[in-house]
Amino acid sequence: MTVKTETPDEASAATARQEALAPQKKPRSLAGLWFVLPFFAAYVLFLVWPTILGLYYSFTDKSLTGRPVSWIGLDNWAEAFGDQRAWDALWNTAVFTLYSTPPLVIIAIILALLVNRARKMGWFLRMAFFAPFVLPVSVVTMIWMWMYQPDGGLVNHYLQLLGIQSPEAATLWLQDENTAMMAVVMTTVWWTVGFNFLLYLAAIQSIQPEVYEAAAIDGANWWQQLWGITLPLLKKTTGLVIVLQLIASLRIFDQMYLMTAGGPNRATEVAIHYIYIAGFEGFRIGYASALSYVLFVLILIVSIVQFRIFSREED
Amino acid sequence: MPPVPSPPGNVSRRTLLTGATATAGLGLAGCGSLSSELGGGTPVKQWNLLAGGDGAVMTAMHEEFMAANPDINLEATTFAWGTPFYTRVVMGAAGGNAADVATSHVSRVKSGGNAADVATSHVSRVKSLSPGTILDHIELSELEEFGIKGEDFPEAIWDKCFVDDKLYAVPLDTHALVNYYNRDICAQANVLNPDGTLLETDGVEEYFDLLRAVKDVTGEYGTSLDTLAGWRQFWAFYRQQDGEMIFGDGDYEMDDGKALAAIEVLYKMAEEGLCPTFADGGQCAANFENGVSGLVQVGNWEIARFRLFEGLDFSMTEMPALYNGNRYTQGDSHGFVFPHHNSWDPEVRKATIAYVAYMVKNSFEWGAGGGHTPTYLPVTEGEDYQNLQPNAEYANVVHNVQFDPDAWFSGSAARLLDDSNAVLNQVYSQAMTPDVALATMKSRIEDLLALPNPVE
Repeated sequence: MTVKTETPDEASAATARQEALAPQKKPRSLAGLWFVLPFFAAYVLFLVWPTILGLYYSFTDKSLTGRPVSWIGLDNWAEAFGDQRAWDALWNTAVFTLYSTPPLVIIAIILALLVNRARKMGWFLRMAFFAPFVLPVSVVTMIWMWMYQPDGGLVNHYLQLLGIQSPEAATLWLQDENTAMMAVVMTTVWWTVGFNFLLYLAAIQSIQPEVYEAAAIDGANWWQQLWGITLPLLKKTTGLVIVLQLIASLRIFDQMYLMTAGGPNRATEVAIHYIYIAGFEGFRIGYASALSYVLFVLILIVSIVQFRIFSREED
Repeated sequence: MPPVPSPPGNVSRRTLLTGATATAGLGLAGCGSLSSELGGGTPVKQWNLLAGGDGAVMTAMHEEFMAANPDINLEATTFAWGTPFYTRVVMGAAGGNAADVATSHVSRVKSGGNAADVATSHVSRVKSLSPGTILDHIELSELEEFGIKGEDFPEAIWDKCFVDDKLYAVPLDTHALVNYYNRDICAQANVLNPDGTLLETDGVEEYFDLLRAVKDVTGEYGTSLDTLAGWRQFWAFYRQQDGEMIFGDGDYEMDDGKALAAIEVLYKMAEEGLCPTFADGGQCAANFENGVSGLVQVGNWEIARFRLFEGLDFSMTEMPALYNGNRYTQGDSHGFVFPHHNSWDPEVRKATIAYVAYMVKNSFEWGAGGGHTPTYLPVTEGEDYQNLQPNAEYANVVHNVQFDPDAWFSGSAARLLDDSNAVLNQVYSQAMTPDVALATMKSRIEDLLALPNPVE
C-alpha cells in the first residue's frame, strides 16, 4: 500500500500564516503603546526637550543663577569658535583618542586569541579580562590614583625596585604634563579593554573551523592562518570597536575629572570637562550650550562618516 | 519558529494599569521626600558641604538640636565639597525649591533658590552666589527675636555678609590655613620654646632654617602641605607683603613683584626638599601622621583627623611671618545662607532661624571639635574657650585671616582658586619656574576677567 503525501507549496503556507496573524495586528499595537509610553515620556522629557532647550539657550546669556535671560544672537557661537581653551580641550580629546584606540584594539585581539586557544583556563581568563569593566569609574580611578602615588605608590615602587626609576626623581604620573595623559589612557585601557575583548572573542569563535582545516591541509602555519584568515575575518568587529571607541573618546570626562581635574596645566582638560567648567563652575549655561552643540555636531559627523563606511561594506 | 503568543484582543485592565502606573511613577519621582510630610514637627532642610572631620561634629550638633527642639524636624544633607555643592545650591535656588538653610562659605554669598532652606556656605562665596536671585536676605529683627545681634560678631566678618545693605549670611566660624607641628620631632630638632610651643620666626630665611632643622630629623621633609591647594599659601604670603588684588571692570590691580616673591617661596621650598613636590590632600596629612614631616601647613579643620591618629603629639600655631612681621593667613568663614524660596512658609522660616541661632550660640563645640574659630563673640570671649587647647594657641588667626579677593569668580572652590591651584601645583613640582607661573596665572586671571559676569 502506498500512502500519498502531498507537500503544500511554499506560497500557500505563507498565505495561511499571514491570515492567522492578520487579525491580531491591530490590538497588539494599541497595547504596546501603553508599554512604550513611560519610556517615551522619559525620552521626550529628559532627552528631546533638553536638546531643544539647549539650542535655544545657546543663543541667550542664560545663567545658572536664574537671573533674567536675554537673547544675544550668535555671540556665544562666535566666542566658542574663537576660544583657544575650547580648541585645546578638543585637541586633548583627540590626543586621548589617538593614544587609547590602538591599544584598545590590539590588546583586545591578543587577549581574545589567547583565551580562544586556552582550553582549561578559558573560563578563568574570560572572567579575569572582563572583570575590570564591571567596576564603576569612581572605583577604577581610586585604585589607579593610589597606584600612581609618587611616594609609595605601586607603580613607582616597582619601577624603583627594578632600578628603572631613581627614588629622588619619582615620576609624578598624574601631575606631570608629559605623563598625565598616558596615565589616564593606561587606566582606561585596563578598565574597558574587556568589552572589546569579548566582542573579538565572539567573532573569533564564529569563524567556521572548516576554513582553518582547509588552510591546514594546504600547509598554512599558525602565523599564516592568523594573517590570512583570522584578522581579515575580524575586520567588521574592528570597525565596530573603532566606532564605539571614537564615540566614547569624544565624550570622555569621568576619568579626567576624577584623576587629574583637567590638570596639570590643562594638559588633560577635555571637551566635556570644559563644558562642565563653563556651565557649572562659571554658571554660563548659554555658552556651555553652544559648546555642547559644537561637540554634538562633531560626534554627528563622525557617526555619519562611520555609518557610510559600514553600509558600503555591506553592499 | 513558534508564533508569538497572541496579545489580548482588547487592552485589558491589567495592561492599562501597568502603563498608567509606570507613567505615574515618572511624575512621582520628581516629588520631594515623603518622610518630611510624615515625620513630626516643622521640616527644615539644611544643606552643607562638610564631609570631613568637622562634618561629624556638625552631625553631633544637629542631633543635640533635634533633642532640644522636638517640634522641628531637621533634615541635613551633606554634598561633596566645592563645585558640586555650590552648583547644587545655585540650581536648587534658581528653581525656587532648595533647602531652607545652607552652610556656605561667606566668600560665596554673592554667588548662590529651589535649594535648601538653609545652606552652609563660605562667606567668600556670598558674592558669587548672586544674592537677590539665588539667596534670600535675612532681616536683623528675625535674628534679634532669638537673641542674635550684629555686635556679637567681629565687624570685618559681619560686614562681609552684607550685600547692598542687606544681610545674606550669618557667619558661624573663621577657618584658616595654620601651622601644625609634631612636638616630638620638633623637640629633637630644637625648634621649640621651653614651654613646648613652636619657635617664632621672622622672615623667609629664618623659617627655612627651622624647616631645615626639622628635615634633618625626619630625613624627608620639613613641612608637609597640599600641593594641589597652593592658592592658600600664595595668598597668605602675598598678603603678608600687603599685596593687593583688586578686580575692576575689565582690569585688575596686582603687584607683580610681591606675587613673584610669594611664588618663589613655594618654588624654593620644594626645590630644597623642605616640602613635597607633590602631595594631594590624603598624602599631605599622611606625611604628618607618619612623621615624614615634622610640620604640616593645612587648614585648622584637619585637627579632627589628626586627633584620631594614635600617638601623634601635635599642636597648632599661626602661619609663620615671612614678611613685615605679618602672620597673615588665607582663610574664609562658614556661614548660613538662605537659598531663594518662591514663598516661605512662616513656620518653616521661623524654625530655620531658630536652627541658625542655636548653631551659632552653641558653636563652642564647633570650635573644639572642628578646630574652627567661632565668630559668635559671647562664645570666644567666654572663659571656656579662652582656655581651650590648642585653639587658644592660634586664636589670633581671626585678626590675621585674609579673605580671597572680591569678584564673582573668586572665593572658596571658585574659578580663580581652581585656576591658580592648577598653576601653583606646577610650581611645587618644579615644572614651572616662578616667572612662568606668574605669567600663566596672570593670563588665567585675564581670561576670567574677559568673561561676561553671569551673576549680575
